[in-house]
Amino acid sequence: MVRRELRLAFRQPGDAAAVLIFFVLATVLFPFGIGPEANILARIAPGVVLVAALLAAMLSLERMFAADFEDGSLELLALLPIPLEAIMLAKALAHWLTTGLPLLVAAPLMGVLLNLPDAGYAPLIAAMALATPTVSLIGAVGASLVLGARRGGVLICLLVLPLLIPVLIFSAGAVDAAMAGFGAKQHLLLLGGLLLGALVLCPWASGAALRQAME
Amino acid sequence: MAEFCYCGDMNQFSATGLTCMRGGRVVFSKLDFEVESGRALLLVGPNGSGKSSLLRLMCGLARPVAGAIAWNGEAIDDNPEQHAARLNFVGHLDAVKPSLTVAENLADWVDLRGDGDVARGLARFALRPLAEMPARLLSAGQRRRLALARIAASPAALWLLDEPTVVLDRDSVAALEAAIDDHLDRGGIVVLSSNVDVGLRDPIVLRIDDFTSVDDALLDGPA
Repeated sequence: MVRRELRLAFRQPGDAAAVLIFFVLATVLFPFGIGPEANILARIAPGVVLVAALLAAMLSLERMFAADFEDGSLELLALLPIPLEAIMLAKALAHWLTTGLPLLVAAPLMGVLLNLPDAGYAPLIAAMALATPTVSLIGAVGASLVLGARRGGVLICLLVLPLLIPVLIFSAGAVDAAMAGFGAKQHLLLLGGLLLGALVLCPWASGAALRQAME
Repeated sequence: MAEFCYCGDMNQFSATGLTCMRGGRVVFSKLDFEVESGRALLLVGPNGSGKSSLLRLMCGLARPVAGAIAWNGEAIDDNPEQHAARLNFVGHLDAVKPSLTVAENLADWVDLRGDGDVARGLARFALRPLAEMPARLLSAGQRRRLALARIAASPAALWLLDEPTVVLDRDSVAALEAAIDDHLDRGGIVVLSSNVDVGLRDPIVLRIDDFTSVDDALLDGPA
């Protein structure tokens, strides 16, 4: 299942590339808007990188189930002798591999661009490693809820972004705490907790939404 | 090419007292059917009479408001995964991925089902010459043949086909009829909805409009 998703993604590399390019562009805009003062950029760097990554990830959520829904593949997937929840997990994993992972790799480079202090890199990568899968999971719930709706992309953002505020707070908090000389451990543990919670609840919620969409 | 076989066990697919509602309207009510191994059930009725809705109930994609569908006496709701494993469904949409080739589309399906034979599916609907062609270049009829090739590629005792002949040319309809005959010979069950003549051997005909309208006024009125 994951292999199928990855193959489909690689046949249309534009989608994943657009996310990455949006992330880079959105981040690059900040120095232009705020000015090149190194101290200010260093202060806002963690928040800017994380918010830009979050918004970039939103771009890709709409297509997560929509293509399969429109061409009828989703019905066939639902009729496989495996639970819909497992299919959703596979889709979320594939989404993370094609979106979250590239963002994770690009984030430190954006940190350099924004003059992120040395102490911030390790917690930034750790926080994003925990936050991006959570985004894929919660995003999958949003993507399955808006199937069949017009302007689904906007609706997903409205549904999903408020739910991701805790993820953003603790991710930025981890980097800030490390830069201030405190440990980032508590924030990272909380992020891990959010990820585990999402791992348990999201497949169930998404499965129910997908069933509803196909009725 | 290995032949799939469901011989030996007689299966029975049946429903009693089915009522289906869509958007607050009763599509049909108190519908019964029963079909056994080696037989085909033909759903007929005008547009909107509920042929597709009934097929979706039979798959388990939708739930009836009342009544139950059973396989060998066991309700399909009791074990939806087991029911899914024994059926092949072809709906109105072809579920073809334009970025993959014909063979890849079919191989994906066989992979996901965990069982089946790509070459067999390709051969059955004369898709071999098109195997390496990207599916986005296929015509509507060729895409439909690819969707039908799935049912020939992967073994399942129950075939649920929703207007499968709509865009097919004469040769492809003949290929479908041959595939259905083979399936019935092997003890399979076919449920097919169609508005045009499909050469089925001795089908049980179910007229869905016999189960509509009567209760409509009753159920619609007070609500």
